[in-house]
Amino acid sequence: MAFTEEQLVRYSRHIILSEVGGKGQKKIRQAGVLVIGAGGLGSPIALYLAAAGIGKIGLIDADNVDLTNLQRQIIHHTTDVGRPKVLSAAEKIKDLNPDVEVITYQKHLDAENALKIFADFGYVIDGTDNFPAKFLINDAAFFAKKPLIHGGILRFDGQLFTILPGESACYRCIFPELPPQGVVPSCQEAGVLGALAGLIGTLQATEVIKLILGIGNPLTNRILAYHALETLFREIKIKKNPHCPLCGSSPSITKLEMAIQEVCDFNSLESA
Amino acid sequence: MFVKINGKKEEIRAGTLGALLKSKDIEPQMVSVELNNQIIARPDLADTPLKEGDAIELLFFMGGGANTHVC
Ligand SMILES: [Zn+2]
Repeated sequence: MAFTEEQLVRYSRHIILSEVGGKGQKKIRQAGVLVIGAGGLGSPIALYLAAAGIGKIGLIDADNVDLTNLQRQIIHHTTDVGRPKVLSAAEKIKDLNPDVEVITYQKHLDAENALKIFADFGYVIDGTDNFPAKFLINDAAFFAKKPLIHGGILRFDGQLFTILPGESACYRCIFPELPPQGVVPSCQEAGVLGALAGLIGTLQATEVIKLILGIGNPLTNRILAYHALETLFREIKIKKNPHCPLCGSSPSITKLEMAIQEVCDFNSLESA
Repeated sequence: MFVKINGKKEEIRAGTLGALLKSKDIEPQMVSVELNNQIIARPDLADTPLKEGDAIELLFFMGGGANTHVC
């Protein structure tokens, strides 16, 4: 389907880029991106993907907007406090760009639904803040063979990298297993500079758009780390770990259910 | 001796990665350690010797945006 006159105007600053053009803008329109977590990272990710004209955006989040979220979760406004995050975010997306189809999942990601939801999208972006979810997303992306943009923020630091399942280093290549409960602080416990979410989320959105367009060098096999206090970006080289329990040469996790079991054992410990 | 830790030159006394983590009060379980671009498995940290000029990366777990629970 050709772009309407209005769409040509809306996306003109993309289309004028020789690396994008009308052809690239069509790829953007045909793409489906799943954003997990409609929070600090998910806010800029969803807004920039919507503005870019991504055809289908999926949003997963079971929570309601809380007053403490507004310091960094810019897709939600003061009047949204108490409302489901996916609803609040979907409204802003539609308001920004009615071309976008938004699919909302007001639920937790779990063993039952992960692969089913992933199947409906070409790309996955991790905007969650807890480790069981990050491991589950990494593992589900591997089994579903979906490119994944991982991101994390804490205090004044942030990091991200791209995972092409089976081809480039995955999250478990670096962190084979979940950290024991209580060893690693959460944003809730340790705090986070709000603007950092905007920066890392925007970088994640940029990386997924590059993958969709097939341009430039993907952020694979390297972690981009940002240290706000020193205003310093660093690149840390990583590589596929042959001992990775997921994508290594003799993996111990051969089905998503096994990964989930580990994650659930962890959670039951946590709630104990 | 001098090594590079997360890109910064530092003088250290520790002779092994395990001793280095201990001197910095870092629990081995909260970090993934790269020595000269090679991830060192956690059980091997204590016995991995360090030498002048080594490049060490301490990769920390980092959370993020939304508290989306699983299970
Ligand atoms: Zn791996």
